[in-house]
Amino acid sequence: MAEQSAALDTRHERQYSTRGVVLMPVPTTLKELSKKPEILTGGHRLCAGCGAPIAVRQILKALETPVVIGNATGCLEVATSIYPYTAWRCSWIHTAFENAAATISGVEAAYRSLRRQGKVKSEFRFIAFGGDGGTYDIGLQSLSGAMERGHRMVYVCYNNEAYMNTGIQRSSATPLGADTTTSPAGSAIPGKPVPRKDLTAIMAAHNIPYVAQASPSNWLDLIKKADKALNADGPAFLNVLAICPRGWRTESNEGVEIMRLAVDTCYWPLYEVDNGVWRITYKPKDKKPVEEWLKRQGRFKHLFTAENKHIIEELQAEVDRNWQRLLELSEKTS
Amino acid sequence: MIGRAWKEIPRGAVIPEPGNAHHYQTGDWRSFRPIWLKDRCIQCLRCWIMCPDSAIITEDGKVVGIDYSHCKGCGICANECPAKVDAIKMIKEDEADDFDKIASSIPDSGSVGEVNRTEPKTGLRADEGHRRSGANAGAVGREA
Amino acid sequence: MGKRVALTGNEAAALAMKQINPDVVAAYPITPQTDIVQYFSSFVHDGKVKTEFVTVESEHSAMSATIGASAAGARAMTATSSQGLALMWEMLYIASSYRLPIVMPVVNRALSGPINIHCDHSDTMGARDSGWIQLYSESAQEAYDNLIQAVRIAEHPDVRLPVMVCFDGFITSHGLENLEILEDSEVSEFIGEFEPEYSLLDPEHPVTFGPLALQNYYFEFKRQQADAMTKVAAVVRRVGMEFEKVSGRHYELFEEYRLGDAEMAMVVANSTAGTAKEVVDELRAQGKKVGLLKIRMFRPFPKEEIAAALSSKQIVAVLDRADTYSTMGGPIYNEVRSALYDEKLRPLTMSYIYGLGGRDVGLDDIRKVFSDMEASRTAGKVSEPINYLGVHE
Repeated sequence: MAEQSAALDTRHERQYSTRGVVLMPVPTTLKELSKKPEILTGGHRLCAGCGAPIAVRQILKALETPVVIGNATGCLEVATSIYPYTAWRCSWIHTAFENAAATISGVEAAYRSLRRQGKVKSEFRFIAFGGDGGTYDIGLQSLSGAMERGHRMVYVCYNNEAYMNTGIQRSSATPLGADTTTSPAGSAIPGKPVPRKDLTAIMAAHNIPYVAQASPSNWLDLIKKADKALNADGPAFLNVLAICPRGWRTESNEGVEIMRLAVDTCYWPLYEVDNGVWRITYKPKDKKPVEEWLKRQGRFKHLFTAENKHIIEELQAEVDRNWQRLLELSEKTS
Repeated sequence: MIGRAWKEIPRGAVIPEPGNAHHYQTGDWRSFRPIWLKDRCIQCLRCWIMCPDSAIITEDGKVVGIDYSHCKGCGICANECPAKVDAIKMIKEDEADDFDKIASSIPDSGSVGEVNRTEPKTGLRADEGHRRSGANAGAVGREA
Repeated sequence: MGKRVALTGNEAAALAMKQINPDVVAAYPITPQTDIVQYFSSFVHDGKVKTEFVTVESEHSAMSATIGASAAGARAMTATSSQGLALMWEMLYIASSYRLPIVMPVVNRALSGPINIHCDHSDTMGARDSGWIQLYSESAQEAYDNLIQAVRIAEHPDVRLPVMVCFDGFITSHGLENLEILEDSEVSEFIGEFEPEYSLLDPEHPVTFGPLALQNYYFEFKRQQADAMTKVAAVVRRVGMEFEKVSGRHYELFEEYRLGDAEMAMVVANSTAGTAKEVVDELRAQGKKVGLLKIRMFRPFPKEEIAAALSSKQIVAVLDRADTYSTMGGPIYNEVRSALYDEKLRPLTMSYIYGLGGRDVGLDDIRKVFSDMEASRTAGKVSEPINYLGVHE
């Protein structure tokens, strides 16, 4: 919390170009942010303590214009749009699972065309939300295509590290060793046998204007990144950690605390790649051991035995390797 | 669960009423109720920014209460309230009727804050659709 | 009235798209549709259209982006063939259920496998229950005319459904034909401005597209779609009449060729109708009472009109360039036979599956069907109702 208050003092400055109207900078105090409209209403049917709506609310606080949101099939989509109700006060479209990026790219293309013709007067922003299943796995092609084509849109992966909507099946975002219903902690194979893939780096390799990794536990960091993403001169990608109390097997009140541990252990480092410049946006004073993050979650419970201890060591090695790489990249590119 | 007739609803399943889920109540999901202690609150708004259900009511940059029509009782607000401040207490829902008793049982709390006890008015039936889709959504999502 | 030009089917389709001048086109290349995408790209890059062209990475994304654009209030189009249509399968149903008036040329090509790039109708016949209107085209001229009319049909307030305009891969798509085209201004006047019912880009009225409709509502949206389909035939007719005023060319739900007093009738869709007409003429010259019914609108299926046109015949052979693998014959055959069921007088019927994977169908094949019909008519019964025409035995 000390880090957050310190961050409160530095107002976010725009160091990026904008293609549209230059808008007022997003407020950076909660007092001011709370005066902005709430785009996601209560009355959605996401579980108590779900991380996805926390991420969504924070990201949408960075908006200064009307927005159209595309949503991949998944928890966020089903639980916010159960007919005849919608929890979205903005325009919103869901079509299918693997194509949130393609769908919103079509909306953005329509916007460019109709605006050029003078048929749409307002400045709009475009966001696609997808879970890790809809982003890392089935939607990766559509996402990659949309990013390469240069649509001015923000793709947000709310990453809860498994297919939670269908009941906790492993995805390629699921970490090594995690117990899911398709990578159960069995007596022969203790959880997921292979590590997660590094989607943020894959997106950075698209050489788009803005890519970042964030967590709602560090709200100011996330809102600033959302602001940069929304005003980038082209496509932007945010990979945002989002707790699933049911899938991670945690209590509903612990979510933010646990996501903070992901950040403080560098399991989920906060960084951005801003026009090719890698920048770590938060360095924990004391980088905690990854165990601190693992031991709070039921999905890793089986790792805390003598025979599975090596998996924790492998996870720690992965975290250390990645952190070192980020330090080097931010050194090299800044 | 009974819906409306096919000739009466907008075609294409479009919902032209933005944010009408506000009329759907999820307050009855709660087993624990957050009680906001106005006099202890330092207005840091951490509860507000971390609430998954947009259920911390603010006015002019300040917390003024909790929207019990939508709060699901997850307890993140109480957990995120700074330890020294401790301005949100989670109490069992079935023991939460007597506010004065609760207030007096908490030392130095002064009085409990204004609580939004009014249920939103709705022209739509609150029982429409699924409840707790997040918890059983395996049945409704794409079966991937 | 327009001018005469020599164009391939794909050039004609691309020209129709240029004259329609959609707000958004999202498309992906596939043989034999590729020319359409290429020609249209050059229109975009030469500044001939106002279109925002989205060069997607797959047909699934082509339809997804087209749906997004249409929901955003844009007039949106795409084009595809075969596997591309198959990859769009999931999205076809979403486009029609969201009631988005997308228009899409489909250049008919066989579905894999084995892989084959040539003409048959297995692609669009596979999509016949996707809630799209389907118009079939004998020639480049018809493909061009149907595309322009399709915009009006799709966007009609009683309809609001997507339309696919089908024409034969290579045979029509790559064959050079003399056709008559309209002036750009005539087309833009004929189609008018697109008035979306809802738009994602209306800041005053945000809308939710694509919610989760469960047991209590899903059925009602499907019932709405079925109801809209019942309005289509009247709209297709009306648009056809208006198009005739502009173009001088006459369009009905289907074409009757020397059918009125025919005793033996053939039913066929797309380019094979041309071959069949020639055989009809030849047999008529020999004094045989034969005729042809050429399918134009297959979805929705004009059952009363087709039943009225065929019920007085002695025998009807339906040619399908696709199989249903139901052991009950081709898709058009099944619809025609079903349409005739309620008639007091019912002709004998025969199904012919022909031309799969681009197998050539010649005059002799068509002559054989008529001589088979004649034999069955004389016998008073059909001994082989399901036939495979032109397969190597």
